[in-house]
Amino acid sequence: MNHTKELLYKIADDLLIIGHRNSEWTGLGPILEEDIAFSSMAQDKIGQSQAIFQLLHELGEQEPDTVAFTRNANQLHNAVFTELPNGDYAFSTMRHFLYDVADQLRFEMLANSSYEPLAKVSRKVKGELKYHVFHANTWITKLGAATEESHARMQTALNECWNYALGMFEESEYEQQLISEKIFEGEAELKKRWLGAISPVLTKATLSIPDESTWQPQTGGRKGIHTEHLQPLLDEMSEVFKIDPTAEW
Amino acid sequence: MIKSLDPRVTRDQIELNNQIAPLQELDQWETYEVFHQKKRGDQHMHVGIVHAPNPEMALLFGKEQYGRRGITANIWVVKTANVFASEYEDQDIFETVPEKQYREAGGYKVMEKINKYKKEKKA
Repeated sequence: MNHTKELLYKIADDLLIIGHRNSEWTGLGPILEEDIAFSSMAQDKIGQSQAIFQLLHELGEQEPDTVAFTRNANQLHNAVFTELPNGDYAFSTMRHFLYDVADQLRFEMLANSSYEPLAKVSRKVKGELKYHVFHANTWITKLGAATEESHARMQTALNECWNYALGMFEESEYEQQLISEKIFEGEAELKKRWLGAISPVLTKATLSIPDESTWQPQTGGRKGIHTEHLQPLLDEMSEVFKIDPTAEW
Repeated sequence: MIKSLDPRVTRDQIELNNQIAPLQELDQWETYEVFHQKKRGDQHMHVGIVHAPNPEMALLFGKEQYGRRGITANIWVVKTANVFASEYEDQDIFETVPEKQYREAGGYKVMEKINKYKKEKKA
């Protein structure tokens, strides 16, 4: 696999998996309006992953549906963070915040990529991502600083998410090549911008990032090393597809 | 490890013999009226309501509820409590005697059509 394909796969797989996880809240959200908003964003994620799978298809990979529904867990490049089961709504909201801010920044960087098809997709999803981050920031600041219970639950969620979130920035073996060819400015730069973006929001929410001495990025996802939670998700997601791969739906 | 809340994975254990607390006032968030504008310059049209704890969240929900299925330029949200309405029992204040029909605003409807036609012709 070359450097561009690897980059595309990790972006698309993150979107596909978190999109599916978040869609599991459909019908179970805390209130109707939030249920609809969260489901709608999950749908956006799947749509965005499809756009990236389409780029991969243009580079010679299989059809988007085939790629999305027929691979096994060890063939996926998503960060482990995105596959973790939904906990309470605090966990999912916190993951949504930590992931979406990174996602928005990544696409912002990629909007200037020398790989023009990816730059084009990145510019196209800008509005969706802006809303996703607006949604996340609003909830985080509201819940973080609302009541003692909401604050405690959000802080617990942040602590639970943190090392997994750091795993999103696992570097690729092609990192230097991507940077020198100006395709992507690299995970280290993204992580730096991400920390800069989430910190003021968390401060406003009166939430504290775990002490740096405890940071232990949960990596491996980019190389196909996943938790036991990913395969059941894939089985469920591809259940209908596998009944009849040629069906139109 | 975090347990999934997906009912297809794990069923939530609801204890049926638990007393369910009666609804309290403010168990529900307040409602906001949502107004939707298709294009810049158009009038904002009332499209419905959302429940929200504050105006910012009302905008957040209003966007998904009413702005995602069609073209949208802008939305407004207004706290329902801030809308002052006339009483239906006073509906008769709007009635008028037949010979004063010249005061009805039917003509405006025609002007809208004329303006629309003029605009189309220009374009």
